[in-house]
Amino acid sequence: MSTLRLINPEQEFQRYRRRMEIAGICAVLLFLGLFSRFVWLQIAQFERFHALAESNRISLVPAAPSRGVIYDRQSTVLAHNFSASTLEITPSKAGKLDDTVNRLAEIVAIETSDRKRFKKLLAESKNFESIPIRNLLTEEEAARFSVNRYRFPGVEIKARQFRQYPLGAGFSHVVGYIGRIGEKDQQRLIDEGLDTNYKGTDHIGKLGIEARYEAWLHGRTGIEKVETDSGGRAVRVLSRTAPIAGHNIYLHLDAKLQQVAEEVFGDYRGALVALDPRNGGVLTLVSKPGFDPNLFVDGIDSATWHELNTSPDRPLVNRALRGVYPPGSTIKPFMGLAGVELGVRTPSYTISDPGYFALSGSSHRYRDWKKDGHGMVDLKRSITISCDTYYYGLAHQMGIERMAGFLSHFGFGRKTGIDLDGELSGLLPTPEWKKRRFKQPWWPGETVVAGIGQGYVLTTPMQLAVATMAIANDGIVYKPQLIRAWRDAATGKMGYAAPQAMERIKLTPAFLRLVKEAMVDVTRPGGTASIAGANTPYLFAGKTGTAQVVGIKQGAKYVESQVSARNRDHALFIAFAPADNPKIVVAVMVENGGHGGSTAAPIARKVIDYWLLGKLPKVLAPAEPEATPAPDEVEDHGPVEEPHSADTAITEVIPQ
Amino acid sequence: MILRFLKPLFSHLDGPLLGLLALLLLVSTVVVFSAVGENSERLVSHLTNIGVALTAMLLASHIPPQRLMQFTLPVYIVGLSLLLGVALFGIVVNGSRRWLELGITRIQPSELMRLAAPMMLAWYFHYKQETLRGRDYIVAALLLVLPVGLIAKQPDLGTSLLIAASGFYVLFLGGLPWKVLIGAAAAVGAALPLAWNYLLHDYQQQRVRTLIDPASDPLGAGYHIIQSTIAVGSGGLTGKGWMAGTQTHLDFLPERSTDFIFAVFSEEFGLIGNLFLLLIYAAIIWRGLQLAAGAPSLFGRLLSGAIVLTFFTYAFVNMGMVSGILPVVGVPLPLVSYGGTSMLTVLTGFGIVMSLATHKKLVKT
Repeated sequence: MSTLRLINPEQEFQRYRRRMEIAGICAVLLFLGLFSRFVWLQIAQFERFHALAESNRISLVPAAPSRGVIYDRQSTVLAHNFSASTLEITPSKAGKLDDTVNRLAEIVAIETSDRKRFKKLLAESKNFESIPIRNLLTEEEAARFSVNRYRFPGVEIKARQFRQYPLGAGFSHVVGYIGRIGEKDQQRLIDEGLDTNYKGTDHIGKLGIEARYEAWLHGRTGIEKVETDSGGRAVRVLSRTAPIAGHNIYLHLDAKLQQVAEEVFGDYRGALVALDPRNGGVLTLVSKPGFDPNLFVDGIDSATWHELNTSPDRPLVNRALRGVYPPGSTIKPFMGLAGVELGVRTPSYTISDPGYFALSGSSHRYRDWKKDGHGMVDLKRSITISCDTYYYGLAHQMGIERMAGFLSHFGFGRKTGIDLDGELSGLLPTPEWKKRRFKQPWWPGETVVAGIGQGYVLTTPMQLAVATMAIANDGIVYKPQLIRAWRDAATGKMGYAAPQAMERIKLTPAFLRLVKEAMVDVTRPGGTASIAGANTPYLFAGKTGTAQVVGIKQGAKYVESQVSARNRDHALFIAFAPADNPKIVVAVMVENGGHGGSTAAPIARKVIDYWLLGKLPKVLAPAEPEATPAPDEVEDHGPVEEPHSADTAITEVIPQ
Repeated sequence: MILRFLKPLFSHLDGPLLGLLALLLLVSTVVVFSAVGENSERLVSHLTNIGVALTAMLLASHIPPQRLMQFTLPVYIVGLSLLLGVALFGIVVNGSRRWLELGITRIQPSELMRLAAPMMLAWYFHYKQETLRGRDYIVAALLLVLPVGLIAKQPDLGTSLLIAASGFYVLFLGGLPWKVLIGAAAAVGAALPLAWNYLLHDYQQQRVRTLIDPASDPLGAGYHIIQSTIAVGSGGLTGKGWMAGTQTHLDFLPERSTDFIFAVFSEEFGLIGNLFLLLIYAAIIWRGLQLAAGAPSLFGRLLSGAIVLTFFTYAFVNMGMVSGILPVVGVPLPLVSYGGTSMLTVLTGFGIVMSLATHKKLVKT
C-alpha cells in the first residue's frame, strides 16, 4: 500500500464511473426496498392500519340515560332527577391537584367535606376521568369560574343529573336511595354482563325500590361516536344512538297515607304496614325513625354516617321488614282459628279462667295479663278480651308442631316476598328447629308461651300485615307488592303488576266469621281496643298485642313505671276495615310503646280513618306536611361506607 | 433586453435538475400547507425559506470551482475549530451540546460540516491525485473522523453518521480499494456490539430498541413510530386526500411538518403518491450523478458525487425512519420538510453541483 503509484487519468475516470454505477444501483435497490415497505404497509396491512387510525380518531362516548321517576299511586313524585352544574377536575390534565383545588377555592366555595370526597373519588377513579370537586354550583359561582377558566386547565363545568327525594326521611325505607357505584357494584355488574350499559353512569340503586327495580329504572345507555384529537377533545359527533330513559315506576304506596302514618306515630320508634287486601298492594310502609335519603346520593360524610349507624334508635334499619318482634296477643285470632279448624276446640268450648295456667305436675304458673282472670271465656271472648289462659291451654293441647304447621300458611316464619331486599323471615319455632339451633329438646312450657305469641315466636310487622290479610280475605294471601305499574320509556306503554296469590287457605266460613266478629268486638266497648275503636262509621276489626321485651320473674309484677324506657313492652295492633268488605289491612308495632290497645290501636285507627273517610289527623290538616327542598338547599356530603352492609336486625330478648 | 441581462445570471444552472427540484419544492409546499394546518403565516415562512435557499443555490452555482477549492481548507479548519469550541464552551439544548453562542446569534457548527467535510476530502484527493498512496486514504479517513467524532460526542448521532456517509462517498468514489472496504465493513461489524455498549447513549439505544419493538414503549419513544406507521399504512393505495389525513389533522402525528412530514404525505396521497415522490427523488439523483460524472475536475466529480449521494441518503433515512424500518434520527426529508437550515444546505449543495458541472472552460486540469 505504501508503494507510490502513478494514476492514469483515463483509468481513474473509468474507476470513478464504475463506482458511481455501483452507488447508483445500490440507491435504486434501497429505494425498491423502501417501496416494498410502502406496499407492505399501504396494501398488505392497509386494513389493520386503517382500523388503527379509525380507533385513534373515533371514540365511543356513552350517553347516560335519565333514571326513571318513582311515583306513588296518586302520581306524587317520590324520586326524580334534576340537572345542576358541577365543577369537575380531570387529574391527568390538571397538573398539581392540591394547588388547583386551593386556587379554585378562592373562586367558588369548597368545603372540607368537598375536599374529602374529592380525595376519596380520586383514589377510586382513573386519572383521565373527570371527578367532581363541587356539586350544585350556583349560577353566580359558575359565572365566576367561567371568567377564570383559562387559569385552570383540566377543570370544567359539567351539567349532571342529580337524584332527589323530595319527601325525604319518611320514605327512605321504601324508596331507598342511589349511591355511587362502588367496587362491589361494579363487580356485580360485570358478573351480570351489565357493565357496558353502565358506562357513563355513576350511580346505582343501593336500597329500597331504587335497588330492587334498578334494571328498570336505569334505562339503556346511548352511544355517541365522536371524532377526537390526540388530546381526547371531541372535534365533532359522527353518529349518535340516543339513550333510552329508565321506566317510570308507580307504586301502590300512597304518599299522603304514609305521611299521615308518620305523623300519628309521633316520636315513637316502630313500624306500620298498610296493605290493600284485594291485591296485596303496599299502601304504606313506615319504619320510624327514618333518615334523609338525599344524604346518601353523593356520598354521606363520615360524621353523619357514624351518627346514623351508631344511634340507639337505629334509623337505618327497616323495622317493617327487618325488625323481628314477638307477635304477642296479635297471634290469638290465628291461634283461635287453628284451634277450631284443627278440631282442638269447638267455638262454644268455654274455660273458666283463674288468671293463670299450669301444666299438670308443675307448680309453674303461666299468668294471664289480668291477675284475677277473665271468668268464663269461649273462643270469641278469648279474642275480644285477649285472654291468655285460653291460649295457654289451647297451645298445649294442640302441640307446637300442629301449631307451626297451621300458622305457616298465614306466612309466619317465612319471607312475605315483598319487592324490597333484605326482608327477614321471623321465626315459627318447632322442636326440630330448637334441636338444630340449640341442640336442646323442646319443653312443653315453650309451647304454652308460644300460644300467646311469646317465647321463640318472632314476626316482622310485614308478616303480621300479611297474616291479617289472610283473615280479611277469607284465606287468600297475596304477595305484598309495592309496584303497581310502570311506564316503558321506549314504547310509552304502561305495564301493570298483577296481584300474586301465594296461598289460598281453606277455612271454614263459620269459623272465619266468628273470628272476624271477635276482632270487630275488640274495637267495641268491652274489647281491648274499645277506646281507639269508639264511634267508627265502618266496621273496624282489630287485635291488640303487647310483647314483652324483658322476662318478668315468677311472682313479680310488671310495673310500667319501674321499667326503663327501652325495656318497656312493645305495643302491637293488627286491623282491617271495613270488616264486611276490607279495603285496608294495617299492622302497627310501636317499640316500647306499652299497651297495644292504648298506643298502637289509635295509630291504626287514624290511618284507617284517613284511608276510608279522608279524615286527616288534627296535626296534618289542612296544610302540606313538608315542603320540598329546592335544589340549592340540598347539601352534598362526603363519601363513606354503604349502610346496611352488616346483617342488622332487631332481635328481642326472649323471656324465660 | 431583460432576457439578455438575465441570461448570464442563470447561465450556471442546470435546466433539468432545476425543473426536478422545483417540482419537489412544489410538492413540499402542498404537503407543508396541510401539515401546518392551513397556517398561512407558516406557509409564507416556508416560501421565504425556499426563496432564500434558491437564491443561495443561484449564488453557489456562480462560484468557480477553483475559488471553492481555495476556500475548502479554511472553511474546514474554521468548522473544526467551531466544533472544538462547541465541545468546550457549547450550550446545552435538549440534553446535547450542539450550539455555540456568538453574542448576537447561536450557530450549530455541525451544519457547516455537512458540506465542509466532503469538500475537504474531495480537495485532499484532488490535491493528491498525482501521487495517491495508501496512506493518503488513512489521512483522508482522519480528516473525516475528527469532525464526525466531535459531532457524535455532542451527542448528535444522526448528523455525525450522515457526515460520515458523505465523507465515505468521497472515499468510495475516490477509489478506496475493495480490500480496505470489506475489511473496514468487517471491522465495523465486529465493533458494533462494543459501540452499542460504550458509545451509544441510553436514549440512542432506546431508539434502536424501539424500532425493533415499538409496542414496548407506546407512550414514549415508540409513539412516534407507531403513529407514523399508522399514518403511512392507513393511507392505502390512493391516500385519504389532501388536507384529509386524520392522523395529521387530529394531532396524532408528532413533528408532522418537519421530520415526519413524509407520514403526512403518505397518509394523504397513499402508495401512488409515494411512488411519485420516490420517482422525483430518483430522477434528481440520476440527473445529479450525471452532472457529477460530467464534472471536469476530480475535485468536482468527488464532491458532486458525494453531495448527490448524501442527498439520497437523507431521503432514504428519513422515509425509512417514518415507515418504521430505521431508528428515529433527527433527519428531515430533504427539500420537503419545513425548516430553513436543511433547505439552505441542500440547495447550496445542488448549486455547487451545478457550478462544478458547468464551469468547464474555466477549470484547467
